[in-house]
Amino acid sequence: MFFTYLRRELSNRRKQSVIIAIGMAVAIALVMIVNAVAAGVSDAQDDVLDSVYGVGTDITVTQAGEPGGRGPGRFDVGSDDGEASDDGGSRSFDQDQLAVARGTASFDASALDTVAGIEHVAGTTGTLVLSNTSFSGEVPDFGQMQGGQGGGPGGGDAQSAPTGGADGAGGSAFSIDAFTVTGVDPAADAVGPLTAVEVSDGRGLETADNTSGDDGAAGTVAVLDSTYAESADLAVGDTVTVGGTDLDVVGVVSSTSGEGVSTGSDVYVPLALAQSLADLDGQVSNVYVQADSSEHVDAISDAISAALPDVSVSTQADLASSVTGSLSTASDLVSTLGLWLSVIVLAAAFGIAILFTVSGVTRRTRELGTLKAIGWPNGRVVGQVAGESLVQGLIGGVAGLALGLVGIGVINALGITLSGATGTGGFTFGGPGGFGGAGGAGADAGAGPGAAGGGPGGGGGGGPFGGAADAAQSAVDVALHAPVSVTVIVVAIGLAVLGGLLAGLVGGRRAARLRPAEALRSVA
Amino acid sequence: MSAAEVGVGPTGPATAPTGAPTETKDRAMYEISQLTKTYTQGKRTVHALQAVDLTIGTGELVSIQGPTGGGKSTLLQMLGGLDRPTSGSITLDGTDLARVSDSRLTRVRAETIGFVFQGFNLIPTLTAQENVETALVPGKVPAAARAARATAALEQVGLGDRGAHLPVELSGGQQQRVAIARALVKAPTVLLADEPTGNLDEQTRDEIVDLLEGLWKEQGLTVVMVTHDSTVARRTQRRLRIAGGRLTEI
Ligand SMILES: Nc1ncnc2c1ncn2[C@@H]1O[C@H](COP(=O)(O)OP(=O)(O)OP(=O)(O)O)[C@@H](O)[C@H]1O
Ligand SMILES: [Mg+2]
Repeated sequence: MFFTYLRRELSNRRKQSVIIAIGMAVAIALVMIVNAVAAGVSDAQDDVLDSVYGVGTDITVTQAGEPGGRGPGRFDVGSDDGEASDDGGSRSFDQDQLAVARGTASFDASALDTVAGIEHVAGTTGTLVLSNTSFSGEVPDFGQMQGGQGGGPGGGDAQSAPTGGADGAGGSAFSIDAFTVTGVDPAADAVGPLTAVEVSDGRGLETADNTSGDDGAAGTVAVLDSTYAESADLAVGDTVTVGGTDLDVVGVVSSTSGEGVSTGSDVYVPLALAQSLADLDGQVSNVYVQADSSEHVDAISDAISAALPDVSVSTQADLASSVTGSLSTASDLVSTLGLWLSVIVLAAAFGIAILFTVSGVTRRTRELGTLKAIGWPNGRVVGQVAGESLVQGLIGGVAGLALGLVGIGVINALGITLSGATGTGGFTFGGPGGFGGAGGAGADAGAGPGAAGGGPGGGGGGGPFGGAADAAQSAVDVALHAPVSVTVIVVAIGLAVLGGLLAGLVGGRRAARLRPAEALRSVA
Repeated sequence: MSAAEVGVGPTGPATAPTGAPTETKDRAMYEISQLTKTYTQGKRTVHALQAVDLTIGTGELVSIQGPTGGGKSTLLQMLGGLDRPTSGSITLDGTDLARVSDSRLTRVRAETIGFVFQGFNLIPTLTAQENVETALVPGKVPAAARAARATAALEQVGLGDRGAHLPVELSGGQQQRVAIARALVKAPTVLLADEPTGNLDEQTRDEIVDLLEGLWKEQGLTVVMVTHDSTVARRTQRRLRIAGGRLTEI
């Protein structure tokens, strides 16, 4: 009787039922989509972090560089540099500069042992992240091409040779090629950037590479990121010039985070090689730390800070909030607009459901009163009304689930690519010159691995080489995949039940207050 | 002669129509004393019932007449346990309807009292058969037995072939028959009817009254029927009149 009555009642007021179901469905679908996209964006952030910091890294240790210090933003073009050519009084250059990434500083590798000695640390590895900037071109025969001049043209497209020099003297023509070089310990396979890559061609770096060179020095080998290799038209067997030295490309790696994700660096070389090329023996710029359990991360973080006062220590959570680019825009959009839109639409849908339920009870005053008059217990009448609302909500929930799945499918089919870069903690390039990392401006600066896809045009306006420096930043592209998780489905069903219960509660309260004597009311 | 005096005591067999059950008449079904119901609406108070004394014997067929607003429906509400009196007592078969708990009152309505309304009050979305079955829901009768009893009740009111019809597909008289089947399917001891023929034409009215009278005779029911129709009232063995909340015997 309960279900027969319920079914009849709902199909009898089909119009209201459909409106309630549609409202509920739209709200639930919206919540699902926002939820899934949020999860997708969060996954993308994880992918970015994995690519840059490796899988399983809990803590990253870096040290901020002094502004204006050694960095790729400065070339010294003195009268004795480059190849002077006497024709027309200009000089042509082909210069490579390899230095610690801008805004960061290297520090003694003994920090590794210090960190490894801390309780609950499961693994550590050190890397030396360098930025290689090669500069080639012609300038008039005076050495005014100094970096650090604000407002230069470098913020724009650095690939096209500006016809006027940074000094406005005219007659200059140059191009800049910048890429990141990361010196890694080939033996570190548990923690560090190499944990997020897989070899797609050739081979990866091996422990032997540390000593395979002349006199036991590191071998002059390099492994390239597949995205970078493609954009720079390099393959296994070619050579890549790092800091003026030609290195043999022995392998190409790609991200394990999936299709469309670039790895954290353009070029990987053995740590010892990176140290010697950059003249930074015994130095590292990043220490990756893995905790034995996530609950110890904070304690380890504090211990590192105490032991190494000069460094900055970032946990995964800190790093996640440091992701910039279109990824962070998407993340903000989802968490603010998406959230509020969901809340408003959900409230509206619940409101409609409640309103219709209450008006339904009012319309059925005599009917429900009659049931009470013929002996239906109050609870049975209330249950009937609440049951109707609940089923109503579930119908909306199922429709919403279907709608939401379709919506999520559409979003995934769109193949949206987000770009993320990490921009704080001194790890990357938040140096002077205003390159917070959000740059689309320098995206095509020649060397970049297709850097910074659709980011809001940040950057620009720094030193003359700002564009190049920006491109050198390890921006990572990630295809947005909004996952349909159990959580999303549970949330959808839960909201449907909640909406139904809420309407049922309000309607049921009203039904409970109906007097059985209402049955005797004269026919309206 | 006050209403209290005339109402007290069983009605003699001499006034009962032939064939009416007589053996149980000596016991009172309802005993009402000093029953008062006052409605307060804002500043206005309405004395719908004023110190009503009444005894209705088991198996009696009673009609209540009176002007509109006189208190007929209010009295029927008290008899049916649909509302509580402001003061006074009303016992049904020994149970004081003014004082029992809500759940007990609900059980009395479910088991002891059958209701028939002027507007039929069928559930519009349920078929005739299902409407009759609703009366057996509180008794938790198993589905199969429920269906069988509902079918039998419909046959009893002459609608054995209309079980699958929705109320809108039935005439007024047929709807009232379904309502009567609903009232009787649970085998109540009391049948209360508020203007059961008020919405019907004369011929249908007579058919419904015939039906009620027949059931009364067959089942030994105590029947109280509110009506403003003297033709209907004349067919009852005992006629009461209520005006201004005061009850008198006719
Ligand atoms: N719920 C209520 N609230 C306030 N006043 C009420 C209520 N129910 C009835 N009354 C008043 O009590 C008085 C008696 O009403 P009742 O319905 O018993 O009259 P009735 O004899 O059945 O009239 P009718 O022939 O029109 O059905 C009327 O004045 C009515 O307005
Ligand atoms: Mg009335």
